[in-house]
Amino acid sequence: MAKQSEQVNSARRAKHGWILTLAFAILSIAWIAPILIVFLNSFKRKAYIFKYPFSISTKSIFDGMDTWKAGIDKAMCGLLNYTNALKKTDFFSCFGVSLFITVGSVVAIILCCSMCAWYITRVHNKLTKTIYTLCLFSMIVPFQMVMFTLSKFANILHLATPWGIIVVYLGFGAGLAVFMFSGFIKSISLEIEEASMIDGCSPLQTFFRVVFPILKPTTVTIAILEAMWVWNDYLLPSLVLNVNKYRTIPIAVQYLKQSHGQLDWGAMMAVLVMAIVPIIVFYLACQKYIIEGVIAGAVKG
Amino acid sequence: MEKAIKKYFPVFVLPTLLAFTIGFIVPFAYGIFLSFCKFTTVTDWEWLGIRNYTRIFFVNGKLDTTFIHSLWYTALFTIVSMLIINVVSFAIAMLLTKGIRGTNLFRTVFFMPNLIGGIVLSYIWLMIFNSILSGFSKTIISTQWTAFWGLIVVVCWQQIGYMMIIYIAGIQNIPGELIEAAMIDGASAKQRLQYVIIPTLMPTISTCTFLTLTNGFKLFDQNLALTGGNPGKMSQLLALNIYDTMYGTTGWQGVGQAKAVIFFILVAVIALLQNKLTTSKEVQG
Repeated sequence: MAKQSEQVNSARRAKHGWILTLAFAILSIAWIAPILIVFLNSFKRKAYIFKYPFSISTKSIFDGMDTWKAGIDKAMCGLLNYTNALKKTDFFSCFGVSLFITVGSVVAIILCCSMCAWYITRVHNKLTKTIYTLCLFSMIVPFQMVMFTLSKFANILHLATPWGIIVVYLGFGAGLAVFMFSGFIKSISLEIEEASMIDGCSPLQTFFRVVFPILKPTTVTIAILEAMWVWNDYLLPSLVLNVNKYRTIPIAVQYLKQSHGQLDWGAMMAVLVMAIVPIIVFYLACQKYIIEGVIAGAVKG
Repeated sequence: MEKAIKKYFPVFVLPTLLAFTIGFIVPFAYGIFLSFCKFTTVTDWEWLGIRNYTRIFFVNGKLDTTFIHSLWYTALFTIVSMLIINVVSFAIAMLLTKGIRGTNLFRTVFFMPNLIGGIVLSYIWLMIFNSILSGFSKTIISTQWTAFWGLIVVVCWQQIGYMMIIYIAGIQNIPGELIEAAMIDGASAKQRLQYVIIPTLMPTISTCTFLTLTNGFKLFDQNLALTGGNPGKMSQLLALNIYDTMYGTTGWQGVGQAKAVIFFILVAVIALLQNKLTTSKEVQG
């Protein structure tokens, strides 16, 4: 159906298609210009970032080639901003913390919530109904509502570490994951599971050998949605984690501004580039899944 | 089968339930309780009744407008960002479903900013805004309106790609026969949009409206990083206002928590209203 309408449309529009393509090409470049400008400025001396934000030289090209080239030498400082940024933020360890928390939380959410969702969909009693309702309810509660109590309790329970925060993410992310998993599980026919139980599988075997593989599309969707959330989250880790010891990338960026008096924009540019590049690489590698995940998540959420 | 599974409660449900209790149920319930108390941490509370709630609006018998200001500032921000994001992303989606060359590349590019988190995103734009505005000897926090439009630009850049993806999926799901039939009946492009495409897209439109509404209402990271609520708390959206009350001034945690309860009720009301509207419109569509 989609194909048909595309054919109809493309046949009609083919005449003027190139105008649209050109317009969108220009718009696309404008769209990613901010990222390109940050990339450019990350190699520029900090004194010139705000003076000549969109140029690679302190002199205009109309002043003549030689002065323009001299202007480049004056404006650019190679990797200086990057070495400064690494010194100020300890970026690689922040990257490690971010990666650990994201992977750990996503794995925990996928594993625990899919099991929980299967149980509460298959077993019907008051408790399972209550859990489901609470999960639904938790999705509309903004984080500000629980931020104070949650961070204090996490502290009391010694969860202020990258290991501990995984428990917090599992708890606060459970609502969406359980809701989406149970939505999908309801559509699986019971016979498959009954057959495997009759063949002698325990519920655990049934779940991991039969149900879990069927859940794969939803698993991918949830993994992507939760990973995007955890990786970019600032407020929760900044309140829960012991930030003097462990910092995620967003915390490192924010603290670069807060803790060094006058903000070093050169180092900031470098940190931003280092924060963006892994995301873009990941995006280009898994684009198909990310976009499908976003569509599926929006339809169900 | 149900009986066999039932015994496995500790394995299947308990881990999630425990984490959910720690991460949501207890903090939520205790948060409501604390909004009626004076406290500095979770163990030293002292019952106050509704005094925290009155202190949101009246301080020492005088009207305090900070919260009310951030309330309407947030409402305005939410509506403006919702309108711009939805109109632009819908327009882009319409154009990108016409089968022009490079569609996939354009889609990839427009979606990209969405994956960059709010904090990083805001510093990218802070640099750009301030270098442009320095030419007019201004900064992004010169007035509450420069801050307002700065925030709008940032969230638009972030969310247009996301909504565009959802709209594209919706448009591609419209049966081709429907549009063909309209064309055979002589409907103009405008009529097709008005009577065929938009009504069929109603579920998608409400999803996107709802997403942009709640995103706008709950916005925090961008606000913190781009304006920090400046100049003088004038560009504080609700979430940042609550954060600032809770952690910015000692002795005000209770008031912050009370504001958070009000914030929660507002978000819940929007969600329920939207849900109701969506269901009634979908039946018609």
